Amino acid sequence: MGDLQEGMTDMTEIKLSGAEILLKSIEAEGVDTIFGYPGGMALPIYDALYDSGIRHILGRHEQGVAHAADGYARATGRPGVCLATSGPGATNLVTGLANAFMDSIPIVAITGQVTRPSLGRDSFQEADITGITMPITKHNFLVKEPAELARTVKEAFYIATTGRPGPVLIDVPSDISLSQIDYEPPYEINLPGYKPAPDTDARQINKAAEAIADARRPLIYAGGGVIISGAHDELLRLAETLAAPVTCTLMGMGGFPGSHPLFLGMLGMHGTKYANFAVSECDLLIAVGARFDNRVTGKLETFASKAKIIHIDIDPAEIGKNVKVDIPIEGDVKAVLDQLLAVLRPNLAEAWREKINAWKKEYPLKYCNSGNIKPQYVIEEIYNITGGNARITTEVGQHQMWAAQYYSFSKPRSFITSGGLGTMGFGLPAAIGVQVGCPDEVVFDIAGDGSIQMNIQELCTAVNYDLPINVAILNNGYLGLVRQWQEMFYNRRYSHSELFNPDFVKLADAYGAVGIRVTRKEELAPALQRAIQLKKPVMLDIIVDKEDNVLPIVPPGGSLDKMLG
Amino acid sequence: MKHILSVLVENNPGVLTRIAGLFSRRGFNIDSLAVGMTENSSVSRMTIVVEGDERYLEQLNKQLHKLVDVIKISDITRDAYVDRELVLIKVSADAARRAEIMQLVDIFRARIVDVSPKTLTIEITGNDGKIIAFEDSLRPFGIKELVRTGKIAMLRGKKASTKNHTNKEEEES
Ligand SMILES: Cc1ncc(C[n+]2csc(CCOP(=O)(O)OP(=O)(O)O)c2C)c(N)n1
Ligand SMILES: [Mg+2]
Repeated sequence: MGDLQEGMTDMTEIKLSGAEILLKSIEAEGVDTIFGYPGGMALPIYDALYDSGIRHILGRHEQGVAHAADGYARATGRPGVCLATSGPGATNLVTGLANAFMDSIPIVAITGQVTRPSLGRDSFQEADITGITMPITKHNFLVKEPAELARTVKEAFYIATTGRPGPVLIDVPSDISLSQIDYEPPYEINLPGYKPAPDTDARQINKAAEAIADARRPLIYAGGGVIISGAHDELLRLAETLAAPVTCTLMGMGGFPGSHPLFLGMLGMHGTKYANFAVSECDLLIAVGARFDNRVTGKLETFASKAKIIHIDIDPAEIGKNVKVDIPIEGDVKAVLDQLLAVLRPNLAEAWREKINAWKKEYPLKYCNSGNIKPQYVIEEIYNITGGNARITTEVGQHQMWAAQYYSFSKPRSFITSGGLGTMGFGLPAAIGVQVGCPDEVVFDIAGDGSIQMNIQELCTAVNYDLPINVAILNNGYLGLVRQWQEMFYNRRYSHSELFNPDFVKLADAYGAVGIRVTRKEELAPALQRAIQLKKPVMLDIIVDKEDNVLPIVPPGGSLDKMLG
Repeated sequence: MKHILSVLVENNPGVLTRIAGLFSRRGFNIDSLAVGMTENSSVSRMTIVVEGDERYLEQLNKQLHKLVDVIKISDITRDAYVDRELVLIKVSADAARRAEIMQLVDIFRARIVDVSPKTLTIEITGNDGKIIAFEDSLRPFGIKELVRTGKIAMLRGKKASTKNHTNKEEEES
């Protein structure tokens, strides 16, 4: 490479193919790894990849590829890149993009497209993927001219990673990938309508500081924005300065140390009782990078009904969307907290903390650890054996909620879960992306027996690339969360929620991974230990209590202070 | 209350779909929508009439701003403005009633743009009030077809509602 480059006297005279320019432009963004799956209209790009320095991880399904890019982005904070062909390849990305969109994850997705002359004629494997993904991407592009390619890539990365991050798709007709054109970097972005972050109004900071000084019962409600913004230290300082309790959303887990005395765990539908009581009783709610999702608020009319609300968010459209806000603060969470900390005075609301500590004592998260293996116990054991230092991904269901409740997350980007979309099948491919991004760390996918079958093919990817992920299936023989709702809200009519499952150990074996079945409590710790020590892809089939429920629970649409269990 | 939003957008393919899609998926209603080129060929102007309270408008405004292709939004109704709409009306007009209709056309300063043995096609421009009044007076004759362009609007005086090359930042200050 070095020699070659020295030989090139004038870069502007070099003709490159569109595909080469595409890859060069991606590399120029600092990307060294992409996740993809080839096909006809992506072949020019794959041909260029053959000679490129970019590492390509071949998934086994485009949904897996998108989730892997997503997991990579969540774990590293860098944008994840995925590549697919036109038509079915592109439509298979859709769930992955929607998932990333809901959780504000930076992904750049590149799809091959039929040639420009064939567009709009229902050509073989043509799908209007920019049309399809408009509502589930932050922005998307259909490249119409080879000369636009490099700038488009630059703009896509800029949009994906700045402000409130999100997925951006670039659709590249194959004749553009094949065209030979001059490569003349650098390209400037031209986005007159894009403003990543609003300016923070200093007056609002002062208003917030006043409200905080007046509060007797302040509560901090932190969401995924804290992690995206890298504001965990600022959050900790805010909480400690005010001695104010902190509750996190599912997406916010890891943004505040799980073992901290001021931490109340998660709030909302499966939140702790004390977190939800605190929301109902607080007189000041400081929402930090959170968006008042209905799984968090329950019935809106009674949510934090005694409180003034301060809402800090980088996306102005989130402020006032679901609840009326008293003190809106637009801006990047980290920068806003910094400014706020500069003017804050300590406010030690003793009585409030005593009340909360009494709730904590009276209503702890609890389960009965006798008889069969309890799913909650499995999570606690994974915590113990990994010293709380693993990167945890999850699928969606009861096991996901138990992971949030019983694994005490101490670091940002350590809990990687599908929050907004709730996508079963996310955890395994996400774990692959996490392991690619963090090769030296222990990665666990906490899975359900239902969810794991939605992207099980990605086990092959893990084996293929020697990615030592650990999949812990909490096998309850049910679509457990569905069964729980049927038990509680549909008169125990278990309509199509019981599962017939394959032999997961044999399945792991067939893929070339290690399968370990755990049926007794005393086998669990040694099995987990062995899985980690093997440094290979491992799938643990852990047979747990069949009909355990995630508790406490706020019935859908109910008030947070009316919890069952 | 009705609001007229003047939205300056990049003239990219799909921009209309993006805006229409945003309205439908977030449950905003469009009363009328008119799209056209501006003095700058890379920029189009959409005049969108919507009805809703402050909170509704604020949310709509913020969501529209998030579209990368949206350069600037101004709520024209917050200032003094002029608005116009062009309407074509085909009305039944046999020989006996033709004179009567032509009198109305005169009164409303409308124009006859096409004539057939049984119908007249009339063009009228104006604001809502005038158009509704005209439509009401023609109804007894039998309106066979009616097409409206949707409203376009501009601020009064020297202020430009959507000057080119202004961005969201300037608009907010
Ligand atoms: C793709 C997708 N389809 C359906 C659902 C609805 N759903 C939510 S949880 C769940 C059951 C999950 O079962 P399992 O993976 O075994 O986890 P468990 O609840 O038993 O722990 C279902 C079907 C979903 N979230 N995602
Ligand atoms: Mg299950």
